[in-house]
Amino acid sequence: MKPAPFAFRRPATLDEALAALAGEPGAKVLAGGQSLVPLLSMRLAAPSMLVDINALPDLDHVTASSEGDEAGVRIGALARHAHVLASAEAAQVQPLLALALSHVAHPTIRNRGTTVGSIVHADAAAEMPMVLRLLEGSVDVASVRGRRTVPAAELFAGPLESTLAHDEIALEAFFPSLPDGGGVAFQEIARRHGDYALVGVAAVVQTEGGEVTGARLGYVSVSDVPVVVDVTDALDDPAAAALAELEPTDDIHATAAYRAHLVKVLTPRVLADAIHHARERSAQRKKQ
Amino acid sequence: MSTPEELHDVRLHVNGSVHEVQVPARRLLSDALRHDCGLTGTHVGCEHGVCGACTVLVDGQPVRSCLMFAVSAVDAEITTVEGLTEPDGSLSPVQQGFSDCHGLQCGFCTPGFLTTITAGLRDNPDPTEDEAREMIAGNLCRCTGYQNIVRSVLRAAEIGFEARSAHTSTSDGGQQ
Ligand SMILES: Cc1cc2nc3c(=O)[nH]c(=O)nc-3n(C[C@H](O)[C@H](O)[C@H](O)COP(=O)(O)OP(=O)(O)OC[C@H]3O[C@@H](n4cnc5c(N)ncnc54)[C@H](O)[C@@H]3O)c2cc1C
Ligand code: FES
Ligand code: FES
Repeated sequence: MKPAPFAFRRPATLDEALAALAGEPGAKVLAGGQSLVPLLSMRLAAPSMLVDINALPDLDHVTASSEGDEAGVRIGALARHAHVLASAEAAQVQPLLALALSHVAHPTIRNRGTTVGSIVHADAAAEMPMVLRLLEGSVDVASVRGRRTVPAAELFAGPLESTLAHDEIALEAFFPSLPDGGGVAFQEIARRHGDYALVGVAAVVQTEGGEVTGARLGYVSVSDVPVVVDVTDALDDPAAAALAELEPTDDIHATAAYRAHLVKVLTPRVLADAIHHARERSAQRKKQ
Repeated sequence: MSTPEELHDVRLHVNGSVHEVQVPARRLLSDALRHDCGLTGTHVGCEHGVCGACTVLVDGQPVRSCLMFAVSAVDAEITTVEGLTEPDGSLSPVQQGFSDCHGLQCGFCTPGFLTTITAGLRDNPDPTEDEAREMIAGNLCRCTGYQNIVRSVLRAAEIGFEARSAHTSTSDGGQQ
């Protein structure tokens, strides 16, 4: 099937783009198109207008800083997954980004799809919304009414639903850096490498003198929004603690029971990986 | 609907030529290449990004042409399978590799493999077998099977290497 007709704007300035969105209640932003175009072609969405943001200036940056309150990675709305994945600075400052991005689709999709678009698309089966939520990052958005920063905890409303207003453009995502003593890990099970995960798990831990002082886990594809569980006080059985807060669901890809099984298997593995990573990082730091 | 759909004048840069086409905004790049530019080498399978048959190079990078609109491709340099042959019309190393190793049967998926591998070998000219397999993991083939396609990638790398060393030894005595 082909998309239904729509009006098309490809503005050269942000102000024009925001005005076009504000003036057309049925308008949608077109970024990399790797999620939106299939929805249009299957006629699951039929916006009256697309505002293509690919000609906007100064939005394709990936900048990493390891100093101060602002330590972290800033990713512009037009930075493609491939560009973020290729950034050695970003991987240094927040290693979870590259670990998770290498599981996002295939390289060809990553050449066009944007990391910010993936976050705003708010698919609970997608890696990057969960990673933003787990790391307690944020998204900067703009509209004709002005700009605001949305913390990840307030970004995801439901399946494929963010809390952005229809006329807001996400300009940048911010992922905080991994502090000293911190470690991360990511694993997922998919039918084929590059497919959406049946279950994906990420872990962020904090250690002091080798002892774990904080441990949080993020889940992909288990519930209908990205879920984060704090298991600091449940290190002996983190999977049980996680399952108490997760509501695995059935769909055509896997049953709820199978998803719960994968949570049980992956959770301790990923947590152990993250603790190992934290200790290795600390040991390396001491050597330097 | 009573009002006719708006048409956009779009200038596409494909394989070094300019194509001026008039298309509705919803024209997929894959359809614009096939129907408006007459370049039917780009094949269309699933139309939602999964099969890879429609893969073209956009500014040198493999991209699904079924997931782009022609109106969004105005600033891009596009290479389709038709643009892969050498300037003298002979087969490129990747095309020759497929020919040598029986890398295609019906040929439906082949344009997407050729474009993807062309970019893949540019980034990694000497892949291991595992890397060759990874290079094609985003493309589906329903009849040849992937064994011969992996062999074709490795053969293409070999041909590319031979061509480069022949070139350097004749042009400047072996200096890169
Ligand atoms: C075959 C295939 C496999 C895939 N596998 C995976 C996978 O395993 N994991 C995964 O996470 N993703 C996967 N994806 C999706 C891919 O990561 C998309 O690139 C991503 O989800 C959306 O980014 P985009 O830039 O393409 O956004 P688009 O498709 O352009 O937009 C998606 C939605 O977000 C909105 N939007 C986009 N950018 C902005 C912005 N800056 N401001 C406001 N709204 C915006 C759009 O209006 C639209 O509603 C896959 C896609 C395909 C085709
Ligand atoms: S037709 Fe584009 S990926 Fe299948
Ligand atoms: S050659 Fe027939 S589908 Fe690949």
